Amino acid sequence: MEIIRSKVDRKPDDFRSRQLQAQQMLRGDLDGTDLDEYVEQRLLLTKFEDAQNWARRNALWPLGFGLACCAIEMITVIGSPRNDLSRFGAEVIRFSPRQADMLILSGRVSIKMAPVIRRIYDQMLEPKWVISMGACASSAGMFNNYALVAGADKFLPVDVYVPGCPPRPEALMYGIMKLQDKITSEPNDGWRERYKSAGTEEASDA
Amino acid sequence: MPDATGLELVAQRVRDAVHEEAVVGTSFAYDSATLEVAPERTRDVLEHLRRSDEEPYEHLMSLHGCDYLPEEPRLGVHYHLMSMGRRERIAVKTRLTTEDPRLHTVTDLFPTADFQEREVYDFFGVVFEGHPDPRRILMPEDYQGHPQRRDFPMGGEPVLFTHNEHKLPRWYD
Repeated sequence: MEIIRSKVDRKPDDFRSRQLQAQQMLRGDLDGTDLDEYVEQRLLLTKFEDAQNWARRNALWPLGFGLACCAIEMITVIGSPRNDLSRFGAEVIRFSPRQADMLILSGRVSIKMAPVIRRIYDQMLEPKWVISMGACASSAGMFNNYALVAGADKFLPVDVYVPGCPPRPEALMYGIMKLQDKITSEPNDGWRERYKSAGTEEASDA
Repeated sequence: MPDATGLELVAQRVRDAVHEEAVVGTSFAYDSATLEVAPERTRDVLEHLRRSDEEPYEHLMSLHGCDYLPEEPRLGVHYHLMSMGRRERIAVKTRLTTEDPRLHTVTDLFPTADFQEREVYDFFGVVFEGHPDPRRILMPEDYQGHPQRRDFPMGGEPVLFTHNEHKLPRWYD
């Protein structure tokens, strides 16, 4: 059996010693190799886009917007401490599309509501993402008739589809985590161009 | 709830007060009393039941349309009246053809009829004359047709699943 021993002369790495080290650095008492070592320990090198996407995925603010019965399930996900979506940074519900990042289409999309939803989507500022929640928003579901738009992806780009009627809270959370993965990997689907949804934010006169 | 005899008494009072031809028929089934009235007298009958009958019904619980497709006249408009004081209900029904279906509005008698008459217009195409705001209420304003009529196509579209995706054309192709 091989026994791996750490270096004996290494400085203790507990919280208190790091705190004292930081104190010394702030006072300007560190210099030479000590200062180099200090900086090396505390630097994380990454690309700017990666850091930006990391920040975006962990502060994914949903719009407080419900369409039908799925909205009740959505509220239990994004608004209740039982599911605790703040673990994934998506619990800050914004009731203005100007401040929201994520539109959850929770419910059936009627043809009368479709232009309203598209306008709300256009009012949201980039970056913005859309989750189609449930069977109705994805494909009209059980209400496949004259009144509904069969699939919200006919008029706005949908990033994640969550199946279910309604989806369980876990399913919606999984969908949000899928969206987070998508934000991190940043694939270009070409959807903004296809739906002509780039640069559609309305300018405010105020 | 007026019983079968009480319903006949109501019908006779309506005939005396409004017009001899106003009440086309009565029906009493499952403890619910129904007056079937002629469409051109509907508003007068409702005004009589609301204001001048000796047992008035002051509350309109529901106003809705109906389509009895194989029968003629096809369209029906139902008014459900209630008396809060006596806890009695009565239904007033009228039948209309699809060629130029028209009724006189009852929004001046029952303000709640405003939205409900708009709904009947929206879904069944019954025009309520004298309505203060005769627009569609649920469907988009430029919608063609009256979708709750039974001869209106159901609409919708086939949904793509894995078992039929090679048969159905995709909407984006």
